[in-house]
Amino acid sequence: MSRRRFVDCAMTAVFWTSAAFLVLLLLVILLYVAANGWSSLSWEFLTEPPRDSMTRGGISTPLVGTLQLVVVSMFFALPIGVVTGLYFAEYSRNGLFTKILRLAIRSLAGVPSVVFGLFGLSLFVVTLGFGSSLLSAGLTLGCLTLPLVVTASEQAFRAVPQDYRDASCALGATKWQTIVKVVLPAASSTIITGAILSIGRVAGETAPIIFTGAAFYSPDFAKSLFEEVMALPYHIMVLATAGVNIEKTRPIQYATVLVLLALVLGVSSAGVVMRRRLRRNGR
Amino acid sequence: MKNDKVPSALVAVISSLGIFIMIFILYFLTTEGIPVLREIQLKEILAGRAWYPTETPPSLGMVPLIAGSLAVTLVSSILALPLSLLVAIFISDVAPSFLRDLLKPVLELLGFLPSIVLGFLGMVVLAPWLQERFELLSGLNLLNASVLLGVMIVPIVASLAEEALSSAPGELRDASFALGATRWETVRHVVIPWAKPGILSACLLGVMRSLGETMVVLMAAGGAAILPESIFDPVRPLTSTIAAEMGETPVGSAHYHALFFAGLILFAMTLAINMLSAWIETKGSVIRS
Repeated sequence: MSRRRFVDCAMTAVFWTSAAFLVLLLLVILLYVAANGWSSLSWEFLTEPPRDSMTRGGISTPLVGTLQLVVVSMFFALPIGVVTGLYFAEYSRNGLFTKILRLAIRSLAGVPSVVFGLFGLSLFVVTLGFGSSLLSAGLTLGCLTLPLVVTASEQAFRAVPQDYRDASCALGATKWQTIVKVVLPAASSTIITGAILSIGRVAGETAPIIFTGAAFYSPDFAKSLFEEVMALPYHIMVLATAGVNIEKTRPIQYATVLVLLALVLGVSSAGVVMRRRLRRNGR
Repeated sequence: MKNDKVPSALVAVISSLGIFIMIFILYFLTTEGIPVLREIQLKEILAGRAWYPTETPPSLGMVPLIAGSLAVTLVSSILALPLSLLVAIFISDVAPSFLRDLLKPVLELLGFLPSIVLGFLGMVVLAPWLQERFELLSGLNLLNASVLLGVMIVPIVASLAEEALSSAPGELRDASFALGATRWETVRHVVIPWAKPGILSACLLGVMRSLGETMVVLMAAGGAAILPESIFDPVRPLTSTIAAEMGETPVGSAHYHALFFAGLILFAMTLAINMLSAWIETKGSVIRS
């Protein structure tokens, strides 16, 4: 075997090994969490609030809190994100405004999550006076996920064939009518997929909500936008670092991690699968 | 085409909210962060080696925090970037197509792994193991956090780099194979040079994520505000300092402003990396077209 062939074979082996290593590593992580969390998982665990200083009981309050945060953040990010995506895809010319907007969205995507927390604290909690609440935390998460929604919707709008627009305009429709009646419906399923993926991101974020509205402990669900909520990721942190009897509540911690993982990866994989199917149909 | 003025104006107005959010972030970081300079000189903050924010008077030297941030970012990049690139090349040029179709979504999915989960595992699993294996006082240290940050950024960097690599036209590869080059020679001398801007930008975005990540370092890095001298020393990066101390400091105190100032430093560093990566991307696409 020549030297060149040998090097080629060796490199191929390196590539296979590294891919296998990564897959194995991640599988081990997932299985380890599943194996350790599985035994404490039960219907009661999901439907009961934490009891006895969070050393027993379930996770219903943080679970519902996370869902509430997702809803609030999407109420904010989805309309604004879709409209911004629409602007990029349908209205933008290579002007200054478009350039600045692109720059802003790109920078927003790179802002560290804890800085979003500082921003949420000063704007929503202090300046606008929402206090540490579901509303403040939800809006902070909404700002954080906005770039994701924008990118997804822009791609969705761009994927709509130009013929659709031409046909609609040829029938005498205005640009706005074309967008609302033709482009938006054609793009909607892809947009929803993008939204699902952003939900996955929002549900797992911790740093932005620590000082904007996550509660260490609350006995009940938040009944208004101005109450603090418990959230799954923060609950994990609290149990693991500041809970009563940290060692003894390990099974509860693992089970909570497992629920969060299942929730985030479940939602995201639904999004990924849906998008693949849409792309395949599009071709 | 008929054009209706009102909706298009409305679309532009709503879209501009993204710009306003960015401006607000910058505004609040500066107006809440700069006041710290009234009490402590800039030189003391940027060159001071003591971070004792709760003492009177507080000493707010951020050198250990910045060093902590840079250290975890550096070590995690050294651990993660080579692996990410190998995996990216595997998916783009080596893997059979069924594996590629399987790995690409898996990789994307793993980019959604919540960082709190990794932080938790670092605390509960990796730390005791490190402690026993290397006979340390505590397993919560620079190495622990860097390994987990590495696990977090590999899927992200690999995904982006793979996109750059597989966007290299098939004709290039065909031409190289036709000249008798092996696959590794083709990858090394044809595909990688072509995808270089994309790969660089992917790596930079990975570095940016490491630098800005909070939960992993908060839970696994140990939290001691010292200058790390070995990878087994605990560190306290900027992000975890903000997350850990913000809740306990009175609004308006020097400490409060200092934490915003730390946020400003962090923001400036990540923004610079982000812009550099954007610049490389545009420059790369200009050269190619």
